[in-house]
Amino acid sequence: MGLFQKCSRLSLRSSYMWSVCPQYSIAVTARETPDRALIVHWTQHRDVHNSRRLGANPANPSAAPPRLPFSRVTQEDLSFFRALLPGRTITDPDLLKSSNVDWLKTVQGSSDVLLRPKTTEGVSQILRYCNERNLAVCPQGGNTGLVGGSVPVFDEIILSTSLMNQVFAFDNISGILTCQAGCVLENLSHYLEERDFIMPLDLGAKGSCHIGGNVSTNAGGLRLLRYGSLRGTVLGLEVVLADGHVLNCLATLRKDNTGYDLKQLFIGSEGTLGVITAVSILCPRKPKAVNVAFLGCSSFQQLLETFQCCRGMLGEILSAFEFLDASCMNLLEKHLKLTNPITECPFYIVIETAGSNATHDEEKLHQFLEEVMTSSLVTDGTVATEATKIKALWSLRERVTEALTHEGYTYKYDISLPVEKIYDLVQDMRRHLGGMAKNVVGYGHVGDGNLHLNITSPSKDFDLLAAIEPYVYEWTSQWKGSISAEHGLGLKKRNYIYYSKPSEAVALMGSIKAMLDPKGILNPYKTLPDNIN
Amino acid sequence: MSARVLVGVKRVIDYAVKIRVKPDHTGVVTDGVKHSMNPFCEIAVEEAVKLKEKKLIKEVVAVSCGPQQVQETIRTALAMGADRGIHVEVSGKDYETLGPLQVSKILAALAKKEEASLIILGKQAIDDDCNQTGQMTAALLDWPQGTFASELAFEADKLKVVREIDGGLETIKIKLPAVVTADLRLNTPRYATLPNIMKAKKKKIAMVKPADLGVDVSSRLEVLKVDEPPTRQAGVKVETVEDLVGKLKEAGRV
Repeated sequence: MGLFQKCSRLSLRSSYMWSVCPQYSIAVTARETPDRALIVHWTQHRDVHNSRRLGANPANPSAAPPRLPFSRVTQEDLSFFRALLPGRTITDPDLLKSSNVDWLKTVQGSSDVLLRPKTTEGVSQILRYCNERNLAVCPQGGNTGLVGGSVPVFDEIILSTSLMNQVFAFDNISGILTCQAGCVLENLSHYLEERDFIMPLDLGAKGSCHIGGNVSTNAGGLRLLRYGSLRGTVLGLEVVLADGHVLNCLATLRKDNTGYDLKQLFIGSEGTLGVITAVSILCPRKPKAVNVAFLGCSSFQQLLETFQCCRGMLGEILSAFEFLDASCMNLLEKHLKLTNPITECPFYIVIETAGSNATHDEEKLHQFLEEVMTSSLVTDGTVATEATKIKALWSLRERVTEALTHEGYTYKYDISLPVEKIYDLVQDMRRHLGGMAKNVVGYGHVGDGNLHLNITSPSKDFDLLAAIEPYVYEWTSQWKGSISAEHGLGLKKRNYIYYSKPSEAVALMGSIKAMLDPKGILNPYKTLPDNIN
Repeated sequence: MSARVLVGVKRVIDYAVKIRVKPDHTGVVTDGVKHSMNPFCEIAVEEAVKLKEKKLIKEVVAVSCGPQQVQETIRTALAMGADRGIHVEVSGKDYETLGPLQVSKILAALAKKEEASLIILGKQAIDDDCNQTGQMTAALLDWPQGTFASELAFEADKLKVVREIDGGLETIKIKLPAVVTADLRLNTPRYATLPNIMKAKKKKIAMVKPADLGVDVSSRLEVLKVDEPPTRQAGVKVETVEDLVGKLKEAGRV
């Protein structure tokens, strides 16, 4: 049985391929038929377990919903944009291509317009106009998101922050940095390092992601264990609201208890409540001494005990505690030709210490290493103090995502669980999927209770997908975990929100969205479930 | 083989650090800056340890010249598999002026004292880029030398060395005892694993002074000035060929 849906006529020029998303359990292809109408074929999702809870289209919770009745971009609109942003209104299909597809190459939109404002005023005028014209907008930073939240679903106008890359100010006494939302994270890191500070967050995508995108997705990363989340380190935001009004909450104060903390609404809202245009963020001092230890454990239980020992003996100098399993190491060796610095072990840990005194830190680290070696919690390991070696060890953890892309098709799950349960999920999935999956790997920020569960197959396999979902979400829900620890909901996971949040909470989110964006033009089809209205 | 190998390791500013010139232009800032073993010395240590693992040589002795801190560098060599270390104490002004000539005199004296039959060094240090120590040491000892080695093999009582030279690869056979300097592609240095790092703590590092070896470390060179390279000027964009010719004429290039 199939569901047919007739969409309104669209120009011959553009063609749609919605279905590339891995969570799709069906083939969804939109093809042009001779009479120039688009017909979307849907086939039945095999497992309709929680269809009642999953929104407008129970058969396909992660598929795109039908296009909402936004206006379409006209020549008049283009003239307005070209006058407002001369040379920065992109309509060339070749240039638009990369902005229409996500980093994982799993979701593709068909936007015809990419706008590159340089200032907050520019963003304000764009949104005011779009709001009046009822044109949907997709804000886009570095386009490194993993849940399809950063690219258009249909023909939403792409609002890019790539030219909003100015640093406004840096106070080297308080460590507060104020900059535009389009600053690339790695560039900010370099800027700060010259001044003896660092960014409070660090992630594999640092070479491309924008700080505005990081904030609007409340990115976690490798340093969260030590410096906390963006909800603590972001001190102020400048946000342009759906109607073009500029909300200037760009305070640079460490403490300010005057009224409701509005910035918390926008942090993690994934561009659906407002477009972040500037950020003020508290930055820590650059540590004088950084050490990285790469250890091998023979069981997850030992890994957890090593973590406890680590917390106790390294204490305040611990700045990262990450893990990867043997399957990840195999992929790194196979696809990226990286070498395992130690003997083969079932589990690997990356521990980073950061402090202000090299001798003090090394002493603590060596005592800790001696302890875990003699007690056999750790079977092998190596330490690095030099920058080049540290980078090499970190790349073993940071490049797993890249190695996975070479395996064919990756099904990504970013789960928060009680720390002891983290690897149980990986082992359970292996048992559950049997030979259906090529690889089931687990890695991630074990120190934060965050698992990155990745499953691969040579190509999209809908039977495999049906076996994975909603099993993985139900498993997570059973242990009161989060179905998206740090990646957000975006397009792909919006309808699964009920696995981790009660309906009253989701309903309130809907009210807030309706209040701040009554026409729903900001990043539609994302974050909130389809049944929100 | 009952051969003993001497490996020289130099403590240098880490490869990834941004170098700053001292305000008085007498040198570069070294205080509080991250130091590590010279990358080519790492390759030298790795090669020596590999030879020992193949049972072609019996003992690997790591040597470094400098102040107290060089012991860290020797420990790294020990953690990679060297058997014992020798720390030649040179500090203060002497250390600042220590160069290839003095170091090669020290290595030559040590080679005789330790009865080494092979010396493996890095081809050059990344701080001074001299590329002289290996060659000078061989000359002082009147030993043959295989420099820029990208391959090393024992053949009967000789050493076959494949050298990386401008024209390509040159293969030579040299008699032992000999001096070899390691080039980039000789091997990939291993990571020092924890069990070895622990073991290395127990290995011996003997302390020796240059005077004990009969070496005079005074320098015949005087550094007059150290400057940063000139900052690269931004290029100029021109619209037409005429503009280009005009600009070239202005600069006196045409």
